[in-house]
Amino acid sequence: MSTTEQTPDVLVAPSQQSRGQRALRAVLGSRELAIAIVLVALVAATTARRPSFLTGSDGFRDLLLSPSVLLLLAIGQMVVIVTRNVDLSVGSTLGISAYVCGSLFSADQERSVLVVFVICVVVGAGLGLVNGLLVAFFRVPALVITLGTMYVFRGVLKNVAGANRITAGDFPAGFERLGTQQVLGIPVLTIIGLVVLVAVGYYLRTARGGRELYAIGSDPDAATLYGLPVARRVITAFVLCGALAGLAGAVTAARYATAYSGTGSGIELQAVAAVVIGGVAIFGGSGTVWGAAIGAFLLITINRALPILGISEYWQGAVVGALILGSICLDRYLSARRARHLIEARDDA
Amino acid sequence: MPPTDATPVLELRDVSKSFGAVQALRSGSLRVDAGSIHALVGENGAGKSTLVKIVAGVYRRDGGVLALGGESVDFDSTAESKAAGIAVIYQEPTLFPDLSVTENIFMGRQPMARGGRIDRAAMIAETRALFTRLGVDIDPRRPALGLSIADQQIIEIAKAISLDARLLIMDEPTAALSGNEVARLFAVARSLRDEGRALVFISHRFDEVFALCDAVTVMRDGAYIATVPTAETTEAQIVSQMVGREVADLFPKTEAEIGDVVLDVAGLTTAGEFHDVTFSVRAGEIVGLAGLVGAGRSEIARAIFGIDAYDAGSVTVDGNAVARRNPRAAIRAGIAFVPEDRRQQGLVVDGSVGRNIASVIRSGLTRAGLLTTAAENSAVQPWASRLEVKTNALDMPATTMSGGNQQKVVIAKWLATEPRLLIIDEPTRGIDVGTKAEVHRLLSELAGKGLAILMISSELPEVLGMADRVLVVCEGRITADIARADATPENVMAAATRSAGDEEPAA
Repeated sequence: MSTTEQTPDVLVAPSQQSRGQRALRAVLGSRELAIAIVLVALVAATTARRPSFLTGSDGFRDLLLSPSVLLLLAIGQMVVIVTRNVDLSVGSTLGISAYVCGSLFSADQERSVLVVFVICVVVGAGLGLVNGLLVAFFRVPALVITLGTMYVFRGVLKNVAGANRITAGDFPAGFERLGTQQVLGIPVLTIIGLVVLVAVGYYLRTARGGRELYAIGSDPDAATLYGLPVARRVITAFVLCGALAGLAGAVTAARYATAYSGTGSGIELQAVAAVVIGGVAIFGGSGTVWGAAIGAFLLITINRALPILGISEYWQGAVVGALILGSICLDRYLSARRARHLIEARDDA
Repeated sequence: MPPTDATPVLELRDVSKSFGAVQALRSGSLRVDAGSIHALVGENGAGKSTLVKIVAGVYRRDGGVLALGGESVDFDSTAESKAAGIAVIYQEPTLFPDLSVTENIFMGRQPMARGGRIDRAAMIAETRALFTRLGVDIDPRRPALGLSIADQQIIEIAKAISLDARLLIMDEPTAALSGNEVARLFAVARSLRDEGRALVFISHRFDEVFALCDAVTVMRDGAYIATVPTAETTEAQIVSQMVGREVADLFPKTEAEIGDVVLDVAGLTTAGEFHDVTFSVRAGEIVGLAGLVGAGRSEIARAIFGIDAYDAGSVTVDGNAVARRNPRAAIRAGIAFVPEDRRQQGLVVDGSVGRNIASVIRSGLTRAGLLTTAAENSAVQPWASRLEVKTNALDMPATTMSGGNQQKVVIAKWLATEPRLLIIDEPTRGIDVGTKAEVHRLLSELAGKGLAILMISSELPEVLGMADRVLVVCEGRITADIARADATPENVMAAATRSAGDEEPAA
């Protein structure tokens, strides 16, 4: 590459664009915008069919409230996936946390809601720590480790809970009200998710630790040669993921006012799906938590919208699957195109 | 060693390192002064990269002295070596493809603004300043993905400068660079030297060593040989120090009757890898394909065997054209290919020896579509015993065998197909000295029976000892075709290191 005459492409020559232009370009070209448009189109189409889907007082609330659990899980899952790992045990962690939450309240209805939430988060973080330590020190793929802990955690829960089901009556009214309470028209449980989203998004973008998570996922060997604390960061990612699954457990309990041995079963795959649909590379290194969050909203909203659009509920799974395949194909295409552009820009220079 | 009063920036004395039974470094010594560029030369496998990785904190030395600025140091990790002011640029730059070049430079030590936030503006400004200083025009925000090797190296150098490294080690940085890019790199290296930093430059190109470096240390077989100022030595002297042993006796190639042309390659070209490669191999002949790592030898072999597509040219075996990009067609045409990476590409390491040897002829052994271990073992028995594969039972997994025996299993696998041509890439890499001779005797015997053999080897003595004819590949072109009688380490090395633009005929 020479420094002479032509500067054919902004990709190689230093960008002369202003900050605003650059930001606009980044947003317009982003993968997140693409699925946000899909989400908006879906909501619009469904609302056209049945106006109450968006405009009804319950409709609007449900639109925001239903994804609150998956939102938390998708955020945690994204942080793990960006390091080139995956956590399949979040559903079981959520189940344990929800059951712990229910047990605490059924033993003592007067307990502070805040303290219970903190306990749930700590329980989840502890289970995440188990995953993180196993992945970091056994050097076995996280897929296998967390598949194992998924069954182990669920097994422990089944043994403890048995056929016992904690129901609405066991929860204090103040806690149950969280499930329907709103602030400025936004459900409280969704606000919890959004606050976590902003905090994690900010961390991933502006903190050293956050950038190092991307670096580790982009090339684990290079991360070691750089002298990055790879094991510590990966463990941290799993702890965060577990903590958010624990929080999601408390949110689940508040929303549905029930907890039993099967709570959260199967939701781990939805979390992975939301992250993938949101444009996070399954082999790590790229993607944003915003994308994962929109993916979670899209996934939940599709399930609620399809019956209204007249599509049989039996097709729901297939539609979600098609969405995953479509977004993976889109990602492949976009990344191949980007790589080609970058190589061409280099050759031209 | 030239006498110097000043404390050297880096000093290694009698450093050793073994990996299992293989001693990669027996006695490595190196002394680099501040404000100098020091060349480290040696054949492939001489231990240069191991030495570098010990300094970089990737490996821990087994013994010897490692001192930085006169103080003995021990590095447990790359982070510690980096903190001590050492920057290493590896043959393959190690960047994060998904992240911006700015983030690549500052990863792990980004400038911080208040509140634990990365100061992006400061980071990008500093990257711009670094690039201006290095005279390159790269967008600080662009991802590392898609950068040329030359630009990736510039990123690595920018990283080293921003680290304020006092010692910069470059492991064959010019291997993949064009003439202009090399000139740019040298200008940067000289300016770093003039600032008083120490540089270690590993290269196979002697013209570059003499153009750039102040002193040169020669290594051979994992040991220190000599250090001389470049002004007081010659290329011939360095080459003889690098090779330094009698090669004729080590590899007994018996004379074989040379028959008709078996493999004929004409005008083979793949953009960016090799150009206009034309040669032939006759029955009973061993043709050595010599050259530096990365010269394009393995790529040529892969194209002939049909693993990779090629843009132009033709491959014929016994006068019949071989379809491109079709290994099955190549096997049917009578080509066998023993790849460089035995464990990854040559063997199913967890499979039994018998199953491995039978793996290519499998379909001929089935009865009613079923393949029995008994059928496999009885079919492979003659081949295994012929090659004296040392394993009591064919049922043993291949992974338990030594490198030499594994190589024999791979060769046996192909002999079972009764090939006309055997392509063998680095036949004795990672094989101990005793078994090496056995592999060589085997190749010699096979040639004696009329097999045409194309042998790729980075070990000069092996090429000179075994090959009837040496083809030298340099930067994707065949730069010399030397008959056995005329081949010397000097003329092969000269042809292999001829940098682009040199016009004088090699050999």
